[in-house]
Amino acid sequence: MALYSEKVMDHFLNPRNVGVIEDADGIGEVGNAKCGDIMKMYLKIENDVIQDVKFETFGCGSAIASSSMATELIKGKPVAEAMQLTNKAVAEALDGLPDYKMHCSVLAEEAIRSALEDYEKKKNNQ
Amino acid sequence: MQNRKYERGFITVIYADNAATTKMSDVAIHTMVSVMNETYGNPSSLYRMGQRAKEVLEKAREDVAGLINAEPKEIIFTSGGSEADNQAILSAAEIGRKAGKKHIISSAFEHHAVLHTLKKLEKNGFEVTLLDVHQNGLILPEEVEAAIREDTCLVTIMYANNEIGTIQPITEIGAICRQHHVLFHTDAVQAIGHLPIDVKAQNIDMLSASAHKFHGPKGVGFLYAKKGIRLTNLIEGGAQERGRRAGTENVAGVAAMAAALKESAEKMEANAAVLTQKRNKLISGLQEIPHGALNGDAKNRLPGNVNFCFEGIEGEALLLLLDQKGILASSGSACTSGALDPSHVLLAIGRVHDVAHGSLRLSIGEDITDEEIEEIIRSVKEVVAYLRSFSPIWRDLMAGKKSFIL
Repeated sequence: MALYSEKVMDHFLNPRNVGVIEDADGIGEVGNAKCGDIMKMYLKIENDVIQDVKFETFGCGSAIASSSMATELIKGKPVAEAMQLTNKAVAEALDGLPDYKMHCSVLAEEAIRSALEDYEKKKNNQ
Repeated sequence: MQNRKYERGFITVIYADNAATTKMSDVAIHTMVSVMNETYGNPSSLYRMGQRAKEVLEKAREDVAGLINAEPKEIIFTSGGSEADNQAILSAAEIGRKAGKKHIISSAFEHHAVLHTLKKLEKNGFEVTLLDVHQNGLILPEEVEAAIREDTCLVTIMYANNEIGTIQPITEIGAICRQHHVLFHTDAVQAIGHLPIDVKAQNIDMLSASAHKFHGPKGVGFLYAKKGIRLTNLIEGGAQERGRRAGTENVAGVAAMAAALKESAEKMEANAAVLTQKRNKLISGLQEIPHGALNGDAKNRLPGNVNFCFEGIEGEALLLLLDQKGILASSGSACTSGALDPSHVLLAIGRVHDVAHGSLRLSIGEDITDEEIEEIIRSVKEVVAYLRSFSPIWRDLMAGKKSFIL
């Protein structure tokens, strides 16, 4: 059996929503270079709905694929719903990840949550 | 030898992972098949086919011994380099224990077959000194000498490093060990068949080798142990290998190993000349990538080894994308092994975690072409630039929010 599912390879080789949103409403960055994984998420939100999302990732194939899948899962969703995103949902949508790569999906969940929290914080400060 | 390319679908691949394993040579395959077909008897059997198998085995022992200037009786066939390393170290430790000597000297970037065995010995009351391998990946003979104590029973230093390819001053270390009457073992898995080895001239007491690193089969190797060194058995059960390693001998594998080693030795000088020139071309090409660095000394390295760190990217992603382009390589990134830490070799030469994750090892074979070298350079440049294009670390580095390490 191959290391990664076809879905993982597809999202790794053709990552969706790669890039930066210059005037993002929420930005989240998790992980650290020491561990070899950093994910950064940028959100554009209107009326509490995620209009656009972009990501940048430093990491392995499954980290890039997890970021890509996570952005797909929350794009167009209300903020409250996106907050419910779990790492399990990301991994399942990718048709599974090897055990020792599950932390990549955890990182994706945390990156999304961190960006949403940044959005909430900015909103409350306005 | 047509071992450069193999067809996978419609993609022709460039195999640049010869330090992981090599393709078997035609002569090794031919030898193996003919032994399997014609001399499949058990070398311990009395009938003529059994005795012919025994002859094949002993001829291989003579050939292997001759190629490193050892005596046939000093060669024990094993399942590979790891078993040979284990047996050499555990035997030296047992000899030391009986003499009340429980100190071993090694280096921080040995293969895990050595390091894990030493860890086990530490739990059993041995003291281990791991020598610094310095930024260039080279051990200093004077530091070996300074580390030797009254109770030192073994010095075990690899001949050439498996990741960064640096070649250690084995002759000098051997002379020092002999002078101080300390056993000297070298894990020569990456060196044998690629560099000239003379166990007598170099004062090597024990040496480990693995067939599949020089175009022989996997699952076969040997341990050279100088006459008079009492070996501890890892496998009990029979009188094979003069009682030092039980189990019916892998006659076909051993014969193929000897054939492969013989061919490698014959071609060694010519191969090294070609490979060194190709390797240097590959190194200069990859040096054009900004914020990257060659790992290990540029001169004292295996003719086919190239190892770089590239800042701002992660090695596994790099390997997967190179594979898509038909280039097969390896990395010391944590993610490629499922470990949390990147390669202990890169950490030992002082690369910090951040850049050690972005490492790439290309170990080229003797039949690689200039066009393929250029293709590798082009592809690595492309993939590194692509991965950096959406790396948040790279963005911060370029924006001046973080400072470059390389």
